[in-house]
Amino acid sequence: MSRRDIRIVVNDRELRVKPGITLAAALLNEGIQDFRTSVTGTPRAPLCGMGVCFECRVTVDDIAQQRACLIAVRDGMRVRTGSVDE
Amino acid sequence: MTRAERADVVVIGAGPAGIAAAVSAADLGASVLLLDHGLEPGGQIWRHRAGARVPRTASRWLARLRRSGARVLRGVSVLDVRRADDGSPFEIVAEHDGTSAIVHARRIVLATGARELFIPFPGWTLPGVTGVGGAQALLKAGTSFSGRRVVIAGSGPLLLPVAASLASVGARLAIVAEQAPRESVVSFVSGLWRSPSLLAQAAQYRARFAATRYSTGTWVTEAHGTEHLTAVTLTDGRCTWREEADVLCTGYGLVPSVELARLLGCDVRDGAVVVDDTQQTSIAGVYAAGEVTGIGGAPLALVEGEIAGTAATARHVAVGSLMHRRDALRESARRMRATFAPRAELRACVTPDTIVCRCEDVTLAAVSRAPNARAAKLYTRAGMGPCQGRTCAPALSFLCGWAPDTVRSPVEPALVSVLATDSTSSDSGATS
Repeated sequence: MSRRDIRIVVNDRELRVKPGITLAAALLNEGIQDFRTSVTGTPRAPLCGMGVCFECRVTVDDIAQQRACLIAVRDGMRVRTGSVDE
Repeated sequence: MTRAERADVVVIGAGPAGIAAAVSAADLGASVLLLDHGLEPGGQIWRHRAGARVPRTASRWLARLRRSGARVLRGVSVLDVRRADDGSPFEIVAEHDGTSAIVHARRIVLATGARELFIPFPGWTLPGVTGVGGAQALLKAGTSFSGRRVVIAGSGPLLLPVAASLASVGARLAIVAEQAPRESVVSFVSGLWRSPSLLAQAAQYRARFAATRYSTGTWVTEAHGTEHLTAVTLTDGRCTWREEADVLCTGYGLVPSVELARLLGCDVRDGAVVVDDTQQTSIAGVYAAGEVTGIGGAPLALVEGEIAGTAATARHVAVGSLMHRRDALRESARRMRATFAPRAELRACVTPDTIVCRCEDVTLAAVSRAPNARAAKLYTRAGMGPCQGRTCAPALSFLCGWAPDTVRSPVEPALVSVLATDSTSSDSGATS
């Protein structure tokens, strides 16, 4: 664990992740497979990796529908995964 | 608080074409603003992992961009582009850092690139199924694939560098399946004698995953698993077999991202923006360059970007040699697209229960009751979700022959606070 690691909180669990990676990468590296839940209740994870498909949507710092593949990890970030579309 | 910006030339998209356009226009003295989605310029093809070596062409152009007078705005979502009338500047409405930005431009260069063509099959929505370019993007963004069992099943030259990258980071590559028939691929590779550097590059990529089978005329028919991917069924038209997999990278080439072009009213043919010799679209003052005018790779995008950026300054600068190079590269691109066109059998993989619109979970059966994309959207919500048809419309175009429905602003999801500050939106014709 390097001193440069970034601390983020995912579903109330604290994680140490490398700086300079996207939130999608951080979540995938943690083994998270359900970024969001689809309208018929199925788990979804990143598909396109570039912000076009919207499958990687998670809640960041209480703001929902954020595309994790377009967000760089930031110290203190609070993330919720698995939400259903409202 | 709305941020107001103004520039002679606004370039939308900071991939190779956008960067070349911005540099060319700025070097001729125009004020240039380059707007991009991403955290760093480079688009998709020039993404790099933190600390990784950047390819020489990319680093040269990125350095030129830094030295040029062009200003780069990162993390921008363009929501609307319009013009009050023929003489006035264009107005680009964008969201940047949670607030709105209105950019006035004398001329625009659309360099909005491309995205992957996904063709649905049973199980394709399982976590663990990514695009081919998607896997590359996720890898470069810091995702670890070490020790993961990976199947790559799709089409096009992109399979090679992605297979090479994944093998290099310790992925266990089970197979690389190219749907194009063996004869087509062999013929294409033999044609590469004209470009020895491309041939050498292909050989280098292949060497990096030498231990893995590269199987032509082979495609995925089903992905298996409950909460996530566990196995993939492949076929070569005669035999069918199963491979265990944690990750399936699938994608059948690229489709141009023409949403902004269509919003502006530019002519689009066969899914690509139509441009004249100077890269100008059918709308005066709007230029387009790179994949958005037709899939053709980075060298072509750079040349088109230079021509477009130069033309957008309205200074009479000779670009004859650029045009020459462009025409040669376009011819190669045509051959490439013909070689790797998705085969008809891929239409047979999808079943009535297969989801075709991932945002709204609409199955093929539901969508098939409609005669076209607009009707499908009204009956089933297909295409109404956040991606606004970016994923399903090209798939439905391949499966059913449908043209996509019209584009309306906001072209991307936007905060209400951002839309509310755009006080002239009621004049644009877009309704709630």
